[in-house]
Amino acid sequence: MSDDRKFNDNMTEQDYKYGFVTDIEADTLPPGLNEDVIRFISLKKKEPEFILNYRLKAFKNWKKMTEPNWPHLSYSKTDFQAISYYSAPKTKELLESLDEVDPKLLETYKKLGIPLEEQKMLAGVAVDAVFDSVSVATTFKEELSKVGIIFCPISEAIRDYPELIKKYMGSVVPSTDNFYAALNAAVFTDGSFVYIPKGVRSPMELSTYFRINASNTGQFERTLIIADEGSYVSYLEGCTAPMRDENQLHAAVVELVALKDAQIKYSTVQNWYPGDKNGKGGIYNFVTKRAIAQGENSKISWTQVETGSAVTWKYPSVILKGDHSVGEFYSVALTSNYQQADTGTKMIHIGKNTKSTIISKGISARHAHNTYRGEVKVMKDAEDARNFSQCDSILIGDECGAHTFPYIDVRNPSAQVEHEATISNISEDQLFYCNQRGINTEEAIAMIVNGFCKEVFKELPMEFAVEAQKLMAVSLEGSVG
Amino acid sequence: MLSIQNLHASVNGKEILKGVTLEVKTGELHAIMGLNGSGKSTLANIIAGKNTYEITKGDIFYKGESILGKAPEARSNEGIFLSFQYPVVIPGVNNTSFLQAAYNAKQRYLGNDEIDAIDFLDLIKEKIKLVKMDDKYLRRGVNEGFSGGEKKRNEILQMVTLEPEMAILDETDSGLDIDALRIVTDGVNAFRNPSRSFLVITHYQRILDYLNPDVIHVMIDGKIVKTGGPELAHVLEEKGYAWLENPSESM
Repeated sequence: MSDDRKFNDNMTEQDYKYGFVTDIEADTLPPGLNEDVIRFISLKKKEPEFILNYRLKAFKNWKKMTEPNWPHLSYSKTDFQAISYYSAPKTKELLESLDEVDPKLLETYKKLGIPLEEQKMLAGVAVDAVFDSVSVATTFKEELSKVGIIFCPISEAIRDYPELIKKYMGSVVPSTDNFYAALNAAVFTDGSFVYIPKGVRSPMELSTYFRINASNTGQFERTLIIADEGSYVSYLEGCTAPMRDENQLHAAVVELVALKDAQIKYSTVQNWYPGDKNGKGGIYNFVTKRAIAQGENSKISWTQVETGSAVTWKYPSVILKGDHSVGEFYSVALTSNYQQADTGTKMIHIGKNTKSTIISKGISARHAHNTYRGEVKVMKDAEDARNFSQCDSILIGDECGAHTFPYIDVRNPSAQVEHEATISNISEDQLFYCNQRGINTEEAIAMIVNGFCKEVFKELPMEFAVEAQKLMAVSLEGSVG
Repeated sequence: MLSIQNLHASVNGKEILKGVTLEVKTGELHAIMGLNGSGKSTLANIIAGKNTYEITKGDIFYKGESILGKAPEARSNEGIFLSFQYPVVIPGVNNTSFLQAAYNAKQRYLGNDEIDAIDFLDLIKEKIKLVKMDDKYLRRGVNEGFSGGEKKRNEILQMVTLEPEMAILDETDSGLDIDALRIVTDGVNAFRNPSRSFLVITHYQRILDYLNPDVIHVMIDGKIVKTGGPELAHVLEEKGYAWLENPSESM
């Protein structure tokens, strides 16, 4: 009997043994990764065959790949056979009241100014009927579907819109792209799917936030956003509040496609558990984010504020394929304690008159290391391409580090590429000036850092920007003295 | 209000202040005159609490209490203000927000209610008239892209907003043209009242023509070598500091 059969028999037996009621609970696979695991995931999710084949092909490729070691990061490598690759979206055990929640977490929520009902939702406390997030989400969904926008879990889209999935999934980040992207393609569990029809401007900012309760997307999240001709969408990912999460490794894939005259604005605030003061624990975040500005005059903007995770490896990129297309990358990466971040972007100019802007702000405190790694590539036919890059780093204390690795590859002589980089310390004079005006050092640092990040924050949607500023202050707490 | 007693201070083992004694009474305006490097700015920074200096001897009392053990922000919140010789640029931090944060830090310290952004804007729009500054400076980063004169006006704006009782003006006149000097000194004069004291540090008698000091001190090589009335400034202007270089002769 093949392993495959044995495995399925086992599962069936279990299903039978525990019956329907406990079925969901039994839905967690034992650790390990092989073809059977992938078949199981696909079966569980009732996926069409082309997705299963897509997964299996990705898995084959992944097995031939090795984990990249070029980033400026040091961490103990993950044992990929020690992870369980399927855990059904089981409801977290709800707590009775906020009294049972870790007071430290509550303190953080308070500082971030998160309303009480939302605090409960985030901390996993049973929510009052008044604030039913599911019904809120449903209301939004109705409004969106009126204008033809599809916004649903990607697993749903695979079943309901296979044509769109076939055409676009993996078209920007192929499953052969890199180690983590291949792993994601093989075992992804869920994520978001957005389709904006021709000429439609999304009436609201789309946010994964509305789905927090609805689904536990797990560690291998996959997102696909398609903006059809002349459409516009602003998408918000993540939230400033630290979320409970037991998974150490996160390897997500995000693909954006903008057709002619379309614009996608993608904003992220990431505040996952960074580990404790001594660098123990914390999430590894290895994510592949890429967009294609496929049509003429299309535009992609990535804005990210990263304060969480123990290790971050992330380069949201734009392929500027359409003539006159625009790519933008605005980033704030804050690392404290023993956090490490190797992040940046890639701008690949293919079309004529394409334009890209990169503004990166790195903040390192205590023992943290913050690396900007960016590539600007101008291909042979990209006449009159323009790029402006500005990478600024600020250091707090003398035990942290900032590193900048800009790669510039220009194959067309008409290109204009500018790169500016600065590294500075928060000066004693600035701190004394603030102190003399009655502002204590901790508050002064938060203020100076927020000023430093201003160019990026102003790209965020208003409410996100306000939260991001508070998040900076909270993340920098205890970074002095 | 402020009493400095036999203050000795050094930086990197080099003694800069060599026994400064000075008493500023409530409602008085004192001036300290002296050449570059005589220790005037060091004294101002030490009163404000800058920690790069080592106090080797002596003490500073403010409202009867020693302040040497207090953090600079506590001294500020208790009413000591320093108008900086070289105001610091803080890029991207909105000038109004900065001033509001300072204002609220003081309110918190004093146990008062904090003021919200809208009320604060009303307050600051009144205060800014005192220094005849354009509103546009409120929307810029702190001292970002300000000329020398604008920076000094901004310092005075901060002073009249925070309403200190003991204000130290460190070479506020340097780099000001005559019109700007007039505006700044008008601002200071409008702010003077019997419960506030001032310590004005300067090279030149010019600013004192506008401020009418009660007492003038001359500082040379880390010591106050002469103290007198307003006429002292004019004598200095005529004769230069040289006639005081040898204190025993002049006394």
